[in-house]
Amino acid sequence: MSSSPGSVDTRSLLQDSDLTKAQELVYELVVRQVMTTPVVSVQPDQTMHELGEKLRAAGIAGAPVVEQGELIGIVSMNDLINALERGSRDDPVRQWMTIDILTVREDDSVIEAVKAFASRPVGRIPVVSAQGSLVGIVTGGDITRGLVRALDLDHRSDEVSHYRASHIFQDISSHDTSLTLRYTVSPRDFSHSGEASAKVKRALQRLGGRPEAVRRVAVACYEAEMNLVIHTDAGGEVLVEVRPDRVSITTTDAGPGISDIESALEAGFSTAPDWIRDLGFGAGMGLENIRRCSDEFSLRSEVGSGTKLVAVVYLGQGNRLGRAPRS
Amino acid sequence: MTLREVVRVVGAEVLTEDVDLDREVACAFGADLMSDVLALSRPGALLLTGLMQPQVVRTADMADMAAILLVRGKRPQRDTVALAQDIGMPLLWAKETMFTVAGRLYSAGLNGVELTR
Repeated sequence: MSSSPGSVDTRSLLQDSDLTKAQELVYELVVRQVMTTPVVSVQPDQTMHELGEKLRAAGIAGAPVVEQGELIGIVSMNDLINALERGSRDDPVRQWMTIDILTVREDDSVIEAVKAFASRPVGRIPVVSAQGSLVGIVTGGDITRGLVRALDLDHRSDEVSHYRASHIFQDISSHDTSLTLRYTVSPRDFSHSGEASAKVKRALQRLGGRPEAVRRVAVACYEAEMNLVIHTDAGGEVLVEVRPDRVSITTTDAGPGISDIESALEAGFSTAPDWIRDLGFGAGMGLENIRRCSDEFSLRSEVGSGTKLVAVVYLGQGNRLGRAPRS
Repeated sequence: MTLREVVRVVGAEVLTEDVDLDREVACAFGADLMSDVLALSRPGALLLTGLMQPQVVRTADMADMAAILLVRGKRPQRDTVALAQDIGMPLLWAKETMFTVAGRLYSAGLNGVELTR
């Protein structure tokens, strides 16, 4: 089921991989947040020699050329070297500058700057305001530093992971995209029982599920998980498939199986031993609770081979998991 | 009713750290049967229980409850407190029995969960 086309492996997407986070941040950060300002600029009538002095003093490798407040070109260390080689140290900057310049807007996403750098072998790109005036300059190093700073700042920030998860389905296109969460449950392991369901709950919250729907999934999942802990010989598996409009919980185990499903589904019917009842479970309410919480429910079992339970919860109108609400 | 008032009314101890005592509990539900809690409680309710295992915390978490008040003076297992601390579920502790604790809270104005079915 998990290998169906379009299914997303959460191990690579939901865990805090810094690469994924950096990719996300490239879109989230705007150029203003990473650019260098104020800008060291030169005037077109200054000489290449003066340019060299300026670059050396500022410790930079290029500068935009500004005439009467207007950005008219860009000139780099390379241009300077070429000029010096030709013995043209007294030429005006105007003669050596590049006129066909790339710019980015200060409110552009950093990805625009990254794309611009990829399109041409330039070392720096002037940043302009919405009105077109020069407000800063951005280099590859600025972007790297900006990302590292943002990664650091967001290290513990749930907001970013929430942001990432809440949009997870948005840019993935398929006929049926789903996210598969798979948990192995050990029998009689009461110290860890409920962990899978707790993780499912957190995941759905991050995906933007409404509390009421998340609670129904959590309760159904918890009861199903407890059934694996309490009743199975060898434990089992909880598989949760998340789609934008619904969540399917499937638990499977290899036995012992239920001999009388009809009775098992009756509220109050239980085969649990007393020690389970002492833990607050095993009162024959579990399956009834799961059925009550879910919109679709099925239970198949064969003595000796195992049990498969499927419960589906629909999110309801207006709530889509992994898709940010239109603002 | 705020957790601060709950603590005052039943003379409770607060077992977890960094609890926001101004947090409101909408109503209360008392049970030792976790499946009943899962089936019948309401989000934001206070759970009164005499069970001391970590499953109590899991149950309250899954059911979106606001806090847990352990009754009958039994001390919870260490992993119960650790789990509550870990997920940020306030854990309170009272000496008296469930009936007495519930009675005090009810008299002080805290209502029970209303069953809709």
